[in-house]
Amino acid sequence: MKHSPKDVEESARKISRRALLLGGAQVSFMTALALRMRYMQVDQADQFRLLAEENRINIRLIPPTRGLIFDRFGQPLAQNEQNYRIVIVREDAGDVEQALAKVSRLVRLSDEDIERALKEIKRRSAFVPVTIADRLSWEEVAEVAVNAPALPGVTPEVGLSRTYPMGSDFAHIVGYVGPVSDYDLGKLENPDPVLQIPRFQIGKTGAEAKMEDMLRGKAGNKRIEVNAVGRVIRELDRTPGQAGADVQLSIDHGLQNFMQARLSGESAAAVVLDLAEGDVLGIASAPTFDPNKFVRGISVPDYRELTENIYRPLANKTVQGTYPPGSTFKMVTALAALEDGVISADETVWCPGYLESGGRRFHCWKRGGHGHVNLNKSLEQSCDVYYYDIARRVGIEKISAMARRLGLGTRHDIPMSAVAEGLMPTKAWKASARGADWVVGDTLNAAIGQGFVLASPLQLAVMTGRIATGRTVTPRLIKSIDGVEQPSGGGDTLDVNPILLNYVRRGMYSVSNNRRGTAYKTRVAVDEMQMAGKTGTSQVRNITAAERARGVSRNEDLPWERRDHALFVSFAPYKDPRIAVSVVVEHGGGGSTAAAPIARDIALRALYGDVPPLAAYPQNQRGKIGELFDNLPLRAPEAAPTGRSRA
Amino acid sequence: MSYLEYNVKTVPTGLRKVLFLNWALFLLLAAVAGVGFMMLYSVAGGSFSPWAEPQMKRFGMGVAAMFFVAFVPIWFWRNMAALAFSLSILLLLLVEFFGAVGMGAQRWIDLGFMRLQPSELTKITLVMILAAYYDWLDVKRVSRPLFVLIPLGLILLPTFMVLRQPDLGTALLLVVGGATVMFAAGVHWLYFAVVAAIGVGLVTGVFMSRDTPWQLLKDYQYRRIDTFLDPSTDPLGAGYHITQSKIALGSGGWSGRGFMQGTQSRLNFLPEKHTDFIFTTLAEEFGFVGAFSLLVLYALIILFCIASALQNKDRFSSLLILGISTTFFLFFALNMSMVMGLAPVVGVPLPLVSYGGSAMLVLMVAFGLIQSAHIHRPRGR
Repeated sequence: MKHSPKDVEESARKISRRALLLGGAQVSFMTALALRMRYMQVDQADQFRLLAEENRINIRLIPPTRGLIFDRFGQPLAQNEQNYRIVIVREDAGDVEQALAKVSRLVRLSDEDIERALKEIKRRSAFVPVTIADRLSWEEVAEVAVNAPALPGVTPEVGLSRTYPMGSDFAHIVGYVGPVSDYDLGKLENPDPVLQIPRFQIGKTGAEAKMEDMLRGKAGNKRIEVNAVGRVIRELDRTPGQAGADVQLSIDHGLQNFMQARLSGESAAAVVLDLAEGDVLGIASAPTFDPNKFVRGISVPDYRELTENIYRPLANKTVQGTYPPGSTFKMVTALAALEDGVISADETVWCPGYLESGGRRFHCWKRGGHGHVNLNKSLEQSCDVYYYDIARRVGIEKISAMARRLGLGTRHDIPMSAVAEGLMPTKAWKASARGADWVVGDTLNAAIGQGFVLASPLQLAVMTGRIATGRTVTPRLIKSIDGVEQPSGGGDTLDVNPILLNYVRRGMYSVSNNRRGTAYKTRVAVDEMQMAGKTGTSQVRNITAAERARGVSRNEDLPWERRDHALFVSFAPYKDPRIAVSVVVEHGGGGSTAAAPIARDIALRALYGDVPPLAAYPQNQRGKIGELFDNLPLRAPEAAPTGRSRA
Repeated sequence: MSYLEYNVKTVPTGLRKVLFLNWALFLLLAAVAGVGFMMLYSVAGGSFSPWAEPQMKRFGMGVAAMFFVAFVPIWFWRNMAALAFSLSILLLLLVEFFGAVGMGAQRWIDLGFMRLQPSELTKITLVMILAAYYDWLDVKRVSRPLFVLIPLGLILLPTFMVLRQPDLGTALLLVVGGATVMFAAGVHWLYFAVVAAIGVGLVTGVFMSRDTPWQLLKDYQYRRIDTFLDPSTDPLGAGYHITQSKIALGSGGWSGRGFMQGTQSRLNFLPEKHTDFIFTTLAEEFGFVGAFSLLVLYALIILFCIASALQNKDRFSSLLILGISTTFFLFFALNMSMVMGLAPVVGVPLPLVSYGGSAMLVLMVAFGLIQSAHIHRPRGR
């Protein structure tokens, strides 16, 4: 089509105008783009650079190696054992179900295990290794390793898991570890980030829990570069962590084993204190349990068996259990009265078998009475009336104060779970706790370690140790941390007149060595090893008037849980005290028959450093004792202790 | 003005045409394509496969096609405009019925040796037919309603077909590209003003009516619009991509993290890093300096085209050059806006840089048309 020249001119001008307009619009838009580019890349570059780094860099924690626990001779009590497991990587394995089927032919795998593994594999990314079997033996792992070419994506790995080579002997002392629970995390204000690592284990009970901060160590970390789907591309750098501190306990593992064996079959507790440093040489609570089961994950029936057992294997009776100390408390009453001067060591009290107070009769254990009784005889034969009388004179406040000076009624600082304070009653305490006035009868009951008075086996051992040494012995369970010796528990001079202490010690000597002493039967035949002790039999019920009238108080006729607790405290050797021992047998009957023989065996074991020779026992008892030792369920001597195992 | 009114003898013939080629424009195109090869090499982790090498071969084919188209006189292409447009409409119909499904949208026909995207072709043929239409139309009638409706129909026909695929980005390019030719041809500005006003009014109405009894759209449609406008409401879908893209771009800083050192692209945080998001990799690895340089290259291409259009006294040629260059402008402007978070994520590649066969080929043919218009422009009196 033809256009007129005028139109053509006009149209060309118009096109030019509009083209320039278009060009202008385009250039301004490009300027806007350039400005935006500048804003993002220059002004905001740092911010975006940071975001890019956050995208790409992940910080992973390296869990620290947990510190080890040894006994006083370096025997490992808690160690990290290499633990073999098998992991599978989905993207390398291809058909996962087929791979699992192949593995199950080499390694025992339950259907449950396979199902759990499949579930986890499905949930995780294809490149994340998933554990399919844990805690395998070396043979099983070797089997898998040999078949590796046929099992793509399946690899054995090695990790560390906590084991307790001494097993049940140290269940209450060392405790055990377990995975971090939400409850654990909730308790902490600033939880260590390492606790968030899956399967990380922390101490749950005992020293493992109490020394957690020392044992755990500090986590290291590594910075890794990851891509968009989280695959690790490379490690950028790593800061090594710090392994946990090694903890050495004051315990002698051989003695501990002996004590645990000697107590087996009973519901009982025993403590042996070294009097030089206050070291706890042995601290046994029976029955006990295997802590390794808890680390692996205890089965429901096993756990139920532990919780439903009336002997309470999970309880650490040595520090958690508090008992009326019974006659073992008489040393306290005696020292309070002697110090106050209300009675002298030679002064006698008439015991007709009872003491009348406020219209009530307080009986002596011996119905016929002891006649004239002085301090020595009162301890030797454990006369109750003597103590009723002197306690009435000195009053509860002074008795209670003396008890505290001897280490009763206070919580000793020892890294064990739920250490009990015990109870040394005062008038103020009764008014606030019971809302009632103190009556003389309460004092009389307290005088012989009954009524409100409560003490743990550990406290009784401390009391005995302080009487034996005249020093404020305090228990020490941690001997050293990472080789640094911990403060001694030897203590300073006890604020009690040594002459008075000596009277009491002599009385305790009579208990074990005089023909009429309550523990004469359990004397030691070797002079250098002679013990001084005190029996105790504490009631767990009130004897009713009707019972008394019937004359029924034979323990053997009562159901187990209503029988008396049997107690015995002692120190040895009498001439140069090295150890203090306390034994409590729950519902064991009489202190002289149930607790004293155990205490003698344990004390001799501690003094001799091995199963005591029969020569230490009186001639006529050797046969029986020999038989007893032959049947003790002692641990077979271990191979040389293994050193630190660290991967 | 038609060539019939000019002395055809002044137009170069034979191999002499090579001398009259717009060489500056060609060199700029080659430079941009070179940037593309470099980036494709980088995103493949320092490897010519799988992207850089095929892209170079295609560019070679594209250059051949460009020269071929450039040496054919522009009046031949004008006469071919109607045929080419009809052919592309036919191909769009074919896609509708036989197209392969890729990325959730029917977009291409598999020719065996290459995948043909008819929508790419349509962008050029639409500009061609509109330029030819205004070349034919009496200048006085340009703004008459009837003669405005005809090009409007020509634009909307392929637009709706592309929208059905659905390919929002191409639809937008078709509408704006077509409108540019109409604008350049001199259609009265009131038409554009009215369309713009209606558009603005419609959008305002849609948003104003929200949560009122007379709301124009369903609730779920509003939610879709929300995601479209603000990707952060959909952080795992489109929002994630745009966020990562912005991080990559911004972290490049002034001079970038260095060739093949971009962590965002190397560690796969960037989506579609070899196609739609390739600019982010460039910006990450070469920083503001690199990104701005590419923008300058593009700007120079646009300016050379506009200069060529102004220089050309032939109406068809001018309109064609303006239409094609604006379409080219829209490509990279939309793409850059998208990766910088200024526009919603619509699938528009970065022209000559993004990996992709038919887009590259079609663009080179289009620049062949511009070169042909440049070579065969009327000269002297």
